[in-house]
Amino acid sequence: MTCARTLYDKHIDSHTVCRLDDQGHVLLYIDRQVINEYTSPQAFSGLREAGRKVWRPGTALAVVDHVNPTAPKRIAAMPDPGGARQVSYLAENCHDFGIELLDILDKRQGIEHVIAPEQGFILPGMVIAAGDSHTTTYGALGAFGFGIGTSEIEHLLASQTLVYKRLKSLRVTVHGELATGLTSKDVIMALIGKIGAAGATGYAIEFRGSTIDALSVEARMTICNMAVEAGARGAFMAPDEKVFAYLKDKPRAPKGALWERALLEWRKLRSDDDAVFDREVELDASALEPMVTWGTSPDQAAPIGARVPDPQDVSDLILRQDMCRALNYMGLEAGMPLSEIVISHAFIGSCTNARIEDLRDAASVVRGKHVAEHVRAMIVPGSTEVRDQAEAEGLAAIFIDAGFEWRQSGCSMCLAMNDDVLKPGDRCASSTNRNFEGRQGAGARTHLMSPAMVAAAAITGRLTDIRHFGDRT
Amino acid sequence: MSLQPFTLVTGKAAPMLAANIDTDVIMPKQFLKGIDRNGLDRGLFFDLRFLPSGEPNPAFILNQPAWQGASFMVVGPNFGCGSSREHAVWGLKQMGIRALIGSSFAGIFYDNCQRNGVLLISLEEAVLQRLGQTVSQPEQARISVDLQEQVIRLEDGQVIPFQVDTLRKTALLQGLDAIGSTLQRSEQIKAFEREHLQANPWLN
Repeated sequence: MTCARTLYDKHIDSHTVCRLDDQGHVLLYIDRQVINEYTSPQAFSGLREAGRKVWRPGTALAVVDHVNPTAPKRIAAMPDPGGARQVSYLAENCHDFGIELLDILDKRQGIEHVIAPEQGFILPGMVIAAGDSHTTTYGALGAFGFGIGTSEIEHLLASQTLVYKRLKSLRVTVHGELATGLTSKDVIMALIGKIGAAGATGYAIEFRGSTIDALSVEARMTICNMAVEAGARGAFMAPDEKVFAYLKDKPRAPKGALWERALLEWRKLRSDDDAVFDREVELDASALEPMVTWGTSPDQAAPIGARVPDPQDVSDLILRQDMCRALNYMGLEAGMPLSEIVISHAFIGSCTNARIEDLRDAASVVRGKHVAEHVRAMIVPGSTEVRDQAEAEGLAAIFIDAGFEWRQSGCSMCLAMNDDVLKPGDRCASSTNRNFEGRQGAGARTHLMSPAMVAAAAITGRLTDIRHFGDRT
Repeated sequence: MSLQPFTLVTGKAAPMLAANIDTDVIMPKQFLKGIDRNGLDRGLFFDLRFLPSGEPNPAFILNQPAWQGASFMVVGPNFGCGSSREHAVWGLKQMGIRALIGSSFAGIFYDNCQRNGVLLISLEEAVLQRLGQTVSQPEQARISVDLQEQVIRLEDGQVIPFQVDTLRKTALLQGLDAIGSTLQRSEQIKAFEREHLQANPWLN
């Protein structure tokens, strides 16, 4: 008897070298790895110390993204000694171990989770692990991606495998049409708000439903990207014709007969109709409003029309303490309308929301308008290719005319490992993925939202409901 | 690289029961610029542990005499969420933390701890809360964690059993080098790889 299997099961089964016990541990074969400069150094040092080689160097792609400046003029030199050392060590490691590196001056450089799909490095059916939690992004292509730490990077480099424990499965069905102005960011933020920051811990999520089907591939990436903020260690969407069209002719995608053969296999990548999931969640997208975070955890989110929640309304003691702590850090009063929160910064960037469609969306909001006097607004494209394309389409000019800084690509102020750091008390409307304490700078305050909502906030100087913002062009 | 085995450890347990303590809080960004693992004890919980003046924050749990030098932390749900940065675990280890006791842990953090010989113990929420209350009393902060027997022993004689996967338990007890163990299966990996690439030639 063959049991009906989920898409997750199929990925794990097809990549299991051997079972290691009867508690769900397997030796899992990994098809691809993406490497950055800040989580990999100690892994390479470990290989060097043990005299080990990289198992299959061609399956890894390295890129500089976390520590590099994003100043409009790109230069090879890193301004701080730590970042410079990490970048030069990455180059040395890639050279010595035979791994391809997209360095800072490469036209294909960008944030790892933007460039890997862009280059066709990620394909449906693959299993990918990388030293960055947002590796879940690749689920939008029907691949299984998950984040790992540095010790696991070393293990993967040395053996092409990981010791892996099978996750439980959660199916999230999203149905209904999104209202005008809403995006996939609002969908995933609403889901995280609904199930909590640990709501999917121990699970791989499969997203499905009419809302997902209607989204573009890039918009789907935003959802899979942020699934990790609900604790998911993987997020899937069955690949469809939109995915195949997205991948066709990408530089590293298979060509000719091989493409046709791959397509035949990729079309089979879906959960069996009678597959049983460990848990099911439903979300009605037609009822959603634009979402913003008010706290310091991604699940501390509310519709823009709401007010800052009151901890006194919460009976759970720990939850109430967390809310008090968050409001204190954020400098917000319970009961205050979210739309009255005044910002000092606006940031559009990150592996969550800095692809070309995100920039088009934001540009349609700001065209012919100007950033509020008291706001510093930045656009950091997700990759150099995105930047080039946005310039070719005239988007860059729209942003610059509106008073935005038009910058080079990198992770930038999403985690502020480079010189794009906020000061204590700064308040930023941000298209990124984490509103943790200190994430964008010690003492800095982050409100997560969609790129269009960031754009509107930049113009008005406060959190703003995109639906009431006026005409977009 | 072999790890220090974890068998029976006795020491203080510091309570830190807030939910969703993320790895940005455990190890802020300014400590991520190294190419080695050294010096991360300095960065651990930096913004909580130190005042803006640079002085230790006397209110922070690990700065209070009763919990200084703790070997364990009793933590809130979803501890270690967020970024994959293993620096968070290296910092905890360098501060002398040998095990974390909580109700749930983030997935990547869980694996990172395992790979560094730091034991993670998950307890039922109610049991955890009671343990948190116990070790919040300075005179009861000392506990023993016995991995072989899978129990936590408290000062007052209470014993709390816990579950751990056999595979992980063995690795921790023996301080096994995970890569060395896996590479003993090299032939199996090669055989799998040959078949896998034949079936999916576009992966070549």
